[in-house]
Amino acid sequence: MAVLAPIDSKLWSDDAEPHLMGGRKPDGQIVFPMPQGDAAQDVEPYKLSRHGKLWSWTSQDFLPKTPYEGRGSGPEEGPPDFVPFLLGYVELPGEVIVETYIAHAKLDDLTLGMDMEFCIVPFNDTHTTFAYRPAGTGA
Amino acid sequence: MSENVYIIGAGIHPFGRTDARSGREQGVYAVREAMADAGLEWSDIECAYGGSAAAGNADIMVNELGLTSLPFTNVANGCATGGSALASAQMAIASGMYDLALATGFDKHPRGSFNASPADYGLPEWYGQTGMMLTTQFFALKIQRYMQLHGISRTTLGRVAEKAFRNGAKTPHAWRRSEIDLDTIMNAPMINDPLTKFMFCSPAEGGVALILASEKKMKELGAHGVKIAKIAVKTRPPDSFEVFQAGVSVKEGGKPTVLASQAAFEGAGIGPQDIDVAQLQDTESGAEIMHMAENGFCADGDQEKWLAEGVTEIDGKLPVNTDGGCLACGEPIGASGLRQVYENVEQLRGRAGERQVPNDPKTAYSHVYGAPGLSAVAILER
Repeated sequence: MAVLAPIDSKLWSDDAEPHLMGGRKPDGQIVFPMPQGDAAQDVEPYKLSRHGKLWSWTSQDFLPKTPYEGRGSGPEEGPPDFVPFLLGYVELPGEVIVETYIAHAKLDDLTLGMDMEFCIVPFNDTHTTFAYRPAGTGA
Repeated sequence: MSENVYIIGAGIHPFGRTDARSGREQGVYAVREAMADAGLEWSDIECAYGGSAAAGNADIMVNELGLTSLPFTNVANGCATGGSALASAQMAIASGMYDLALATGFDKHPRGSFNASPADYGLPEWYGQTGMMLTTQFFALKIQRYMQLHGISRTTLGRVAEKAFRNGAKTPHAWRRSEIDLDTIMNAPMINDPLTKFMFCSPAEGGVALILASEKKMKELGAHGVKIAKIAVKTRPPDSFEVFQAGVSVKEGGKPTVLASQAAFEGAGIGPQDIDVAQLQDTESGAEIMHMAENGFCADGDQEKWLAEGVTEIDGKLPVNTDGGCLACGEPIGASGLRQVYENVEQLRGRAGERQVPNDPKTAYSHVYGAPGLSAVAILER
């Protein structure tokens, strides 16, 4: 099996324990994602915390339209090939609240404020993406 | 001192699906209805503001309506297109420059959820590629947290949809005109937890037109208009939580709806307790619940009791979304905000038929919210 590439090469750091990349504005405010183009001027790349608290969550139960590139979106695929997933917001204390996939969990496991930790997960046949999972559910 | 502005004509093309008419043709239909309502000819209209999100420029309507050389300004403001057209028409008259103005909006969207391009919103491509850029998710994420913090149950979400379809069944311009029972709503396929299929509105088609007049012109015509007490449009303040935000500030910021609501009430010189009928943006059940509080009508959490007790039913203390709202009418983006105002005009004139609120309404409130975080509120008085 081929090695999966990150969905975006600058989205997380290449440390052994990677960090999601945000930005720090001159006034100290932490933002996510790192701004692009002219908006990135004076914004320092900033390694976001690998640990946070669950702020909200939902499920994605139908196949998103383009530009979605996950399962079910290919030319020979359709809604039956789609695999529903969980997503939410995780509050990284003192930094920013990030929108993220939620991995290693079922809907019923999720509660407001629960401890979450950063991880990288397979996304489709070619790419990985980032996620947060309930703390302690890692392999 | 600016002039008082009145709505003296209101027209609508039924919402839903009309394969035989383009979005703009539905808009033209609505304009003709509004002119007939006001007893005016197209040549009487002095200026026009209108728009659509997906059905072309509004100013092309002059091809069908007549080449009278009037200034016709296209408005493109997402979900607030109608609200912005109305605000522009009101300002044109309030400034004293014109005595008769048209505000119109129409649309026609493909079936299924809206899809947005990350680049159009200044967002990185991965946000769309991984399937996180969906408006439906935002509303689910917002209500999920709200339910946890303020004790709102899933049943209350269901009751909002049940009421919408009950009201839609009484409304000639609604799309969904059959009642749906609570069990069916609760057990329908999940779209984004906790919201099921019947708790979401769908993109749709439709057109609305309103004719605005100065007080002098209204008297000259012998028309009975509804006064625009105040219109307020606000974009998002710092640190707010809006649709299409991959990152949210840890500081709890303000909300565009709260700002627009406060500005509208202040301008009208009345408060939430003075409103007799309200149309609140209900792109899904949770939105109606949260917007009840954001617009100042109840405290966070009171909605649980209000829905159970029928406070927001047509015969309740504060009827909300009397024509079934977006849930029953669907959402043609350019027309949706003006539909709310149309409904309020009909309610205030006592012409809402089966869905007429029985409290002899004197004041009516409408609120629309959209990407990238803006709200428009209009308060009408009779």
